[in-house]
Amino acid sequence: MNGSALIETRAMTRVLPGPVPVTLVRDIDVTVGAGEFIAVTGPSGSGKSSLLYLLGLLDRPTEGTVWLKGIDTETLTEDGRSGVRLARIGFVFQFHFLLPEFTIIENVLIPMRRLGGCPEGEMRERAAAILDDLDLAENLERRPHQLSGGQLQRAAVARALANDPPILLADEPTGNLDTKNADRVTDIFQDLAHSGERAVVMVTHNPDLAARADRRIHVVDGRVAEDL
Amino acid sequence: MKLLLDIALTHIKGRLRQTVLSVIGVMTGVGFSIALASLMTGSQQDFIDRIVNSSPHVVVKDEYRNPPRQPVERHYQNGAVSLSGVKPKEELRGIRNPKPHVVSLNGIPGVAAAPNLRGEVVMRYGGKDVSAALVGIEPKLERRVSEIEEDLTAGFLDDLYTVANGVILGRGLADKLGVEIGSTLSASSPAGVLLKMKVVGIFHTGIIAMDQAQGYALLKRVQVLLDRPNVVNAIHLRLKDATRAQGMARRIEARMGYRAESWQEANQGVLEVFKIRNIIIYTTVSSILIVAAFGIFNIVSTITFEKVRDIAILKSIGFEERDIRRLFLFEGLMMGCIGTILGWVLGYVLYRLLGAVRVEVAMFTEWTRLPVLFSLTHYLIAGAAAIIAATVAGYLPARKAARLNPVDIIRGTT
Repeated sequence: MNGSALIETRAMTRVLPGPVPVTLVRDIDVTVGAGEFIAVTGPSGSGKSSLLYLLGLLDRPTEGTVWLKGIDTETLTEDGRSGVRLARIGFVFQFHFLLPEFTIIENVLIPMRRLGGCPEGEMRERAAAILDDLDLAENLERRPHQLSGGQLQRAAVARALANDPPILLADEPTGNLDTKNADRVTDIFQDLAHSGERAVVMVTHNPDLAARADRRIHVVDGRVAEDL
Repeated sequence: MKLLLDIALTHIKGRLRQTVLSVIGVMTGVGFSIALASLMTGSQQDFIDRIVNSSPHVVVKDEYRNPPRQPVERHYQNGAVSLSGVKPKEELRGIRNPKPHVVSLNGIPGVAAAPNLRGEVVMRYGGKDVSAALVGIEPKLERRVSEIEEDLTAGFLDDLYTVANGVILGRGLADKLGVEIGSTLSASSPAGVLLKMKVVGIFHTGIIAMDQAQGYALLKRVQVLLDRPNVVNAIHLRLKDATRAQGMARRIEARMGYRAESWQEANQGVLEVFKIRNIIIYTTVSSILIVAAFGIFNIVSTITFEKVRDIAILKSIGFEERDIRRLFLFEGLMMGCIGTILGWVLGYVLYRLLGAVRVEVAMFTEWTRLPVLFSLTHYLIAGAAAIIAATVAGYLPARKAARLNPVDIIRGTT
């Protein structure tokens, strides 16, 4: 196990049980370090998203191990895994998944309030600052239906960054965006990875965006075909 | 916790119409259950109060609960004795020489006792014959065991001492005979004795059976009329604490040998009917609350179905299963609590309205208004039942929501 790695997997395999078991990923050995911007590419159904969900503790491997900052995640209970997700992992999905009844800033505040630890006013200031960094300062009190697709996805990024997690995992975050907005979101990920001790892992099927990553993991049939 | 409450509130506000309907369901259930319970316990309490106030708490009767043991059985207590064809001795019924018993019973702390001889007589006035029960009493003792003195609408109890052959009649009986204070009627007994009696008082208890067919006279006069000198057929007891009547009756029976009947035993049939009535009404009320709970179940289920994506994202953010469970449980509970509070208000309003309704009912007792009883217990029971129902109704979909796998939902959406 690499002590400086944020995430490390060994022989990670995920098989869906059933009359005909389906292997989602097999024997994955991946190490994700701080400051890395990694693109996960591969054809549809190759296991890119499954890999991301396993790295983000949303799913459990059927075999192998996932270490997160040196912790063997297999030893964690479901509540323990939820706690790790809350404090250390941020997720961005293809669809923004913002809660429609809440304003943009309230959406960003949700993970902060769940984690707690500081006064409401301070959380609000932090949330506003994150949204300001993502050029959403004028949309704090707007509801999701009042924002454009690009703005929504940036708001989703802001929510993922709410608790300042060292790991940001994005599953086709630009899939629903036009080229301009896709570039903008990718810029944000690049900056986030390069500006600190944060690792960004982005699943994408867009080769141009993948080319901008520091490292590219190509997945085919659930296996890592290339790690460049 | 506040975060979960905020999210829950936002969810139920988002489905305002269904939420209002569910809340109305709970409110109606709670409100009507309180109203029914206040009416039910009110009529029950009214009946019991009238029995307790107007009847003796314990009656020592001139009879035995079990036939007396034969001498051979008493002598050979452990022997194999078989008796057949035993013919009991014909005895004149009655408690003879009751004075020592009455004195002894009056010596028990918290007990007042008065002798009583009751017999059927025919009263005649102006050509009208009316059959009635005439009760012989000792006014100075009787006023301690019954409320006859408070129930007098005309005349005085002590007039039985001062007026020769005085009689006090129930209002209904006096009306049937057409007599008033000062009227002289004739009373004849099955023993063939005829007495001229002067009406010295009229009473009204509200208990139909008493008001329409009962009268009181001095014990000695009734003994003469019924030809039963120095005999009474009951000793009436009044206790400071009427709820202790059953225990006291058992002790007195063990001591005197005569059958001692508490007011609970004497009215067992009616009290049993109350129990059955309570079961029926509580079942009906429970049904209303169950229907209301289905409303909550329906809306919480709908919300969980609609909010699967929110559940997925909340879980991916780091919300635990129990957070999701609590979130939807809060939604059910919020509706249950709001419905309960509104139901308490509705229940109180219905209680006041029912209490104001004028009715003229004359069955066992006379009512002029519906008897309703205010009891915080009704509010607590109805509230607790509604909140338990809401909790169960919210918990079932909440548990299901909490178990959802976020990956399945995210994959399904994307």
